Amino acid sequence: MTYSDRPSPEAFLRLAAQEGRGRLKIFLGAAPGVGKTWEMLMDGHHRREAGVDVVVGIVETHGRRDTEAIVNGHDIIKRRVSDHQGVRYSEMDVDAILQRHPALVLVDELAHSNAPGSRHPKRYQDVEELLDAGIDVYSTLNIQHVESLNDVVASITHIRVRETVPDSVLENAELEVVDLPPDELIERLRDGKVYIPQEASRALAHFFSKSNLTALRELALRRAAQAVDAQMLEHVRSHALAGNFAVGERIIVAVSELPAAVEFVRAAKRLADALKAPWTAVHIETRRSLNLSDMDRQQLSDTLALASRLGASTATVPAATVIDGLRLFAQDARATQIVMGKSRRPWWFTMLHGSIVDQVVRANGDVAVHVVPSDSPKQADHNRSSLLVGSWGKRSHYIWSFVMVAAMAILGRLLIELIDLHNISLLFLIPVMAAAASFGLRAGLFAGFMSSLAYNFVFLPPTGSLTVNNPENIISIFVLLGVAIVTSQFAARAREQANLAQKSARQNAALASFSRQLTAAPDQDGLMQAICFEVGRLLDVRAVFLLPSADGPTLRAAVPPDDVLEPIERAAAQWAIDNGLPAGRGSSTLTSSEWLFHPLATTGCVIGVLGISRNDALDPIRSDQLPLLMSLLDQAAIALDRMRLEEAALHARHVEERDRLRAALLSSVSHDLRTPLTMILSAAQAIRRGPFDGVAGAQAFAGTIEAEALRLNRFVSNLLDMVRVEAGALPMRAEATELFDAAASAAHDCRASLTGHEILIDIPSALPFVRLDPILLHHCLINLLDNAGRYADAGTPIIIRANRTADGIILSVIDQGPGIAIGDEKRVFEAFTRIDGNDRAKHGTGLGLAIVKGFAEAMGLSVEAGNHDDPHGAQFSIHIPSALIVGELMNEKLL
Amino acid sequence: MKSRHKVLIVDDEPQIRRLLRAALERADYAIVEAGNAREAAALLRGERPDIILLDLGLPDRDGLELVPIFKQQSQTTLIVVSARDATDEKVAALDLGADDYLTKPFDTDELLARMRVAVRNRLTRDGGNLVVTLGDVILDMAARRVTKSGKEIHLTPKEYKVLVELARFPGRVITHKQMMNEVWPHEHEHHVEYLRVLIRTLRQKLETDPQHPQLISNELGIGYRLRLGPVDSHGEEI
Repeated sequence: MTYSDRPSPEAFLRLAAQEGRGRLKIFLGAAPGVGKTWEMLMDGHHRREAGVDVVVGIVETHGRRDTEAIVNGHDIIKRRVSDHQGVRYSEMDVDAILQRHPALVLVDELAHSNAPGSRHPKRYQDVEELLDAGIDVYSTLNIQHVESLNDVVASITHIRVRETVPDSVLENAELEVVDLPPDELIERLRDGKVYIPQEASRALAHFFSKSNLTALRELALRRAAQAVDAQMLEHVRSHALAGNFAVGERIIVAVSELPAAVEFVRAAKRLADALKAPWTAVHIETRRSLNLSDMDRQQLSDTLALASRLGASTATVPAATVIDGLRLFAQDARATQIVMGKSRRPWWFTMLHGSIVDQVVRANGDVAVHVVPSDSPKQADHNRSSLLVGSWGKRSHYIWSFVMVAAMAILGRLLIELIDLHNISLLFLIPVMAAAASFGLRAGLFAGFMSSLAYNFVFLPPTGSLTVNNPENIISIFVLLGVAIVTSQFAARAREQANLAQKSARQNAALASFSRQLTAAPDQDGLMQAICFEVGRLLDVRAVFLLPSADGPTLRAAVPPDDVLEPIERAAAQWAIDNGLPAGRGSSTLTSSEWLFHPLATTGCVIGVLGISRNDALDPIRSDQLPLLMSLLDQAAIALDRMRLEEAALHARHVEERDRLRAALLSSVSHDLRTPLTMILSAAQAIRRGPFDGVAGAQAFAGTIEAEALRLNRFVSNLLDMVRVEAGALPMRAEATELFDAAASAAHDCRASLTGHEILIDIPSALPFVRLDPILLHHCLINLLDNAGRYADAGTPIIIRANRTADGIILSVIDQGPGIAIGDEKRVFEAFTRIDGNDRAKHGTGLGLAIVKGFAEAMGLSVEAGNHDDPHGAQFSIHIPSALIVGELMNEKLL
Repeated sequence: MKSRHKVLIVDDEPQIRRLLRAALERADYAIVEAGNAREAAALLRGERPDIILLDLGLPDRDGLELVPIFKQQSQTTLIVVSARDATDEKVAALDLGADDYLTKPFDTDELLARMRVAVRNRLTRDGGNLVVTLGDVILDMAARRVTKSGKEIHLTPKEYKVLVELARFPGRVITHKQMMNEVWPHEHEHHVEYLRVLIRTLRQKLETDPQHPQLISNELGIGYRLRLGPVDSHGEEI
């Protein structure tokens, strides 16, 4: 932790404002039924047992026996019963509580709206008053009632909650998330353990879908984490402490490359489940980690992957020692519990240094440390040998070290007249430190050993031999050797730390850019392409992305894009999907596949597979890249999962919109088709029955049939047009079109229906051609003219105007009439919208403007509705972008 | 006495055939009917009709395929009458040789007018009429002269070609492609904007009121049509 040690003044100021005020603790839940009330009551019960004066302000038991039992164990403040317009309301009695003045009051349902006539309209305002009076309050809240999240929740669940609590209330409160996995909640719901008011049961049944609950749960956890982090920071700043500040439990589990680490992870998972606590699996990367064998690395990343599948977040932290790393990480993560394995160091090492466990316990005084026995000692030998083999380094390092020592001996020889013999030995520390810093510990020790030999050989009498006459000089040699060993150890450690820091900085930068690229992806396909591209770039490999489907894995993205997969590779991908483990080259399964497939898993299921391969027939991934790849996969999985949820929500919205259209269509069809049909039918029957009063009578009926048939025809073509827009199946034949021509021919076709309105065309002849579908444009104009004709005041002209603007051409239809009501400018373009509700009288189908919008957008144009003044009326504009304007023509072709 | 023109109605709907027969017989045409492509082909050989009214939605064959076949077999005027509204289809039918295209539901008067034009065109083509009178505009193809109200109008060579192309079959839609093939015969790729410029300048030179063109009418997405007769106040041909 790197907070400065002085409390910040701002933090003190904020604290001062809260001085003397009661404290609010909110039990936050993702949905009704997770057990918030129960949790609150239990917590209150514990406080009461601890001697705190606790009362129940208001709690709804919904007739549950166990809840009732625990409520009855408390002092209950009698509710205030009021009568409003013949309805009886019972509400929390704020005055009675203030008078009783307990230390802590339990108030259920913070978002509740009070009965009409109460002191405050909202219960949270009552609570504020209690807090102001210095009374602590425990309350419950569902995440959908948090004001800032209201929109998000509505977009997930399609149910908008009206009772909201401002975020400021939460900001000063302690939050505790009462969490229940969606499946369990659904189970509880099915068992009838969740209270649901009768009238809302249908809506709530939709609300309780697994995807909704998962999303809400994530929201709740995130909101709580946000608040907790903010408050922690505040607290740490004001007290300038470096201790642990856990609200609720946070667990970290330390994992190593040992197979037994899997057991630590499982143990941590059980602990996390029992405590309902978030947990993190962390690997502390020390110098030792650099020397791990490939097998060890694989084991380590498998363990981290397992933790991630079990719901943990994972981290790899570089540090000088495991103890340091764990201590810093536990502080940063504000862990309350650490799970780790028993040390497997030899007994003598433990005797000398104490076990890691002891040291961790000592370093993390206020954190509980769980030690899980590990029972795989066989692994140790293998690991030790690999440790020794791996660390000797290159031969050139020793040659260079030797050269430096020799150079120093020569330099010492030259200076022997100026410097005392014993001080010469100090010169040799220079090559020792240089070797240790540049080439590592062993090269440093080698240089130290060589130095002591050289010192003896060149400087100590008798020079030229390794014998020493003066016993004092023997001590000099040992001191030189000792100092060399210690300094080279320090120098080497500094070097390793610098290396680790550099490496982790590189990885963090790569990860940060990766997540930036992923957030920029517009849709699932874009995201998968971005994943492939970024993984390919960061690891220098070819990458493909596959999604599981009923007919095996399907290729959804590839970089480079022309990659194809052989059957063996598909089999490997399928295996990776089925087993949630890597398969293919470089893994332990189906190694004849050229590609290596890693599954992307979220809690419980594999949502995709990433395949990687190299051009040079090597293993697709180097062992030291594995942690990076695992982090990338984790991020990719989260991003993909979130995108899928979003797309599902979007799809649900589309379906809903379609349903609305369908319903509107049905009602419109029944009206607009039946009316003319009725008139045609009755006119035809009248003709058949006869007799008429002369030819004129027959003519009148025939006229009715003709007019109504034409109306029917118009409606049917509108419906067909709308269906084409909806289906996105508009045939486009864009060609150079002259706007004047288009306006004139639309005006021509509308002449019959626009009786009483003159159509004025105000389009300059110098306007260039535009590349549009003339038929679609014609329909747009006809519908706009038709609309204008229906709303314009009788006898007023309708103007079609076109102007060149900076970014294209604006084509408008302008009428003189009531115009469009403020706020309806967008709504008029929705299908079946009839502004004012009296549109039926105007014989509109409710489709015209929707068709205009659909057609215009199909051609790449945008539409806008508004009003213009002097004279007042509506103005509908089609914006034609510059890109659609036809360029200069060649004159010679016209001659 | 002038012999009556014989019309072959090809439509699979007996109701439509009955209505058309009633309307056309009243206009003094002789009628033969076919309910499918096979019958139509037989009647085309046996009855040698002057005009075919062809519905594209036939039970045994796509009407569009029949257009070039029928045009090859006889010099008969062919008018497509279809409920299909797609512009592509209209252009295809016209390019394949159909003389005109009407969309169902149609106005009977409109159909009769188109039939009159089609028959007249056929006679013109047979006789090679070199002087075309379009209201006060007279096009004399023999002398390559255009006059409006007796005054000579100067046209550029391309403008003249466009006008001649339209005037060869007055009243009939000429597709953009057909016109451009004639006006720019050496170019493979056509740009309709050039044709539009020529039509605009032609209208400016020949129309009495270029803002409300009466002479050359626009068929959206398909082509242009030269209006023959006088027009009413709404610009519709009588």
